[in-house]
Amino acid sequence: MPAKFIALSSRTRSTEASLPRRRASDFLAGKAFSLFALLPPVIALAMLIALLLRARPILAIKPIWDLLTGETWKPLQGEFGFFPFIVGTVWVTVVSMFLAVPPCLLTAIYLAEYAQPAVRTVTKPLIDLLAAIPSVVYGVWGIVVIVPWVEDYIAPFFGRWLGRSIPLFAVTNPTGFSILAGGIVLAVMVAPFIIAVTYEVMHAVPEGMREASLAVGATRWQTIRYAVLPRATPGIIAGVVLGSSRALGETMAVLMVVGNVAKVPSSIFDPAYPLPALIANNYGEMLSIPLYDAALLGAALILLLIVLVFNIVATLVLRNVIGRPVE
Amino acid sequence: MKRRRLMKRHIEEGIVKAMMALSFLLVAGSLGIILMTVIVKGLPALNLAMLTQTPKGGYYLGKEGGILNAIIGSLYLAGGATLIALLLSLPIALYLRSYVRNARRADIVRLAMDVLWGIPSIVYGAFGFTIMLALGLRASLLGGIIALALLEMPIMTRAIDEVLRMMPVDLEQASFALGSTRLETALYVVIRQMLPGIVTAVLLAFGRGIGDAASVLFTAGYTDRIPTSLLRPVASLPLAVFFQLGTPFPEVQARAYASALVLTVIVLTVSLGSRWLAYKLGKYAIK
Repeated sequence: MPAKFIALSSRTRSTEASLPRRRASDFLAGKAFSLFALLPPVIALAMLIALLLRARPILAIKPIWDLLTGETWKPLQGEFGFFPFIVGTVWVTVVSMFLAVPPCLLTAIYLAEYAQPAVRTVTKPLIDLLAAIPSVVYGVWGIVVIVPWVEDYIAPFFGRWLGRSIPLFAVTNPTGFSILAGGIVLAVMVAPFIIAVTYEVMHAVPEGMREASLAVGATRWQTIRYAVLPRATPGIIAGVVLGSSRALGETMAVLMVVGNVAKVPSSIFDPAYPLPALIANNYGEMLSIPLYDAALLGAALILLLIVLVFNIVATLVLRNVIGRPVE
Repeated sequence: MKRRRLMKRHIEEGIVKAMMALSFLLVAGSLGIILMTVIVKGLPALNLAMLTQTPKGGYYLGKEGGILNAIIGSLYLAGGATLIALLLSLPIALYLRSYVRNARRADIVRLAMDVLWGIPSIVYGAFGFTIMLALGLRASLLGGIIALALLEMPIMTRAIDEVLRMMPVDLEQASFALGSTRLETALYVVIRQMLPGIVTAVLLAFGRGIGDAASVLFTAGYTDRIPTSLLRPVASLPLAVFFQLGTPFPEVQARAYASALVLTVIVLTVSLGSRWLAYKLGKYAIK
């Protein structure tokens, strides 16, 4: 076959090569590309193994259960209890999800079901912008706006009305650097993500289901509630799980507003010390203390394992629902 | 009775609509407040010296200087990382688009990509640091680039993969029908047709990379100088914000706000610029 018929591009270099040579380069490129494609699974495994190996010195000495439930963190005395940090991570994440999920779902439902196309075209870039803002900028916003707000208004208000009867709202921390501040900042950070996933999931519900429901006289909200949402629920839950795994691992913004006190918190106004903040604040310093390095990489390992489980489950669910990743 | 039920339905509809409007305002308002905060706090402290000078002696006590070291450092870090990430991502995405025969294998690669995408940047930082220890590297530009490239790679690959799925099949088949190989089709038809989307994906990853602090915290270090070699430590804008905010001096904190403004402007420019560029490049695609 004369190769010069392949005039797909203005470049003639490739068209002048002989057929065997073109076939060979195609074959070799295929092999090379397939090697590149091994990278993602290999990197994921390498991370797991590297962290496991580096955390092994401490895992070898202390029973894993003691590490996970130990409440004292005194590296100088060789005591490494991760419990306060794990609890801190969970608290901040739960508070952020509690704050983020209802408005995000409503916003996504609005965008998917009610909004005019014009509103959608304006909103999508806005939400992308919100997602593009760096975490350290969210942290600045947290320190400048949210922390004083919690300190001056929210904490006194709750302290006066609910704090005495409900320990969850008790105010013992004089500053605004608290779980609530971290939760609010995180809620805004994960909002674009949850909105995007929910929007996609609702979009994937076939139009016919809405039409059938509207045709029998249901209102729009009834249609959404009884026809659309039941189908969308697994996908929405997966989106929330993915969102919370982002929240779990978020470092800088949380670190800046959450107070970083290594104590098990009991109220949303208490400071906390989540795992990512622990690693960020201490890694690289004082690595001469025995086991410190292993303990911090152990913290990274815990974080990695939680996120892996969350992500794999949620991704598999979402793939069935919308069949593609959501950015 | 029936009337009342109808009424109830409409009231319910109204309440839900009101709640939606409120939620929407809350989300949009948050974005507004964040941008406002950064501008109001950052603009007064921003001046030309901030952008054109490196820190002088006593800068962190409020004396003269600027954050040029961090601006240049961030561009080096994110630029290098984006380049490496692109060199890894494009082959993977092309493989998934044009070469893979085994659907299961493609699924595994994509799942691994999704998983990597979700791993927190602090874990990339810790992992990058262990790689550096193994290679005998200290905190340096190279170390930072490695960690950031690992962080950006899944973001970029997923985005490019997503873009390549939009490739019109007819166009590809037309190329095959003319006798071109998969490689030729990929390089001269697929990439060219999908260039706008690929550029957007690359800039998306660049934006994430330049704004990330946790992955460069131990891997890139921090310095007042502009690095002259890959093995020197390097400053970055997110860390400049973080460290300056951590000082007890109001003048230095004001500079942290200004640095945050600079970072936000860069990131938003990249985000908006990628849309514009995609639009511009869209002309070369066959509609």
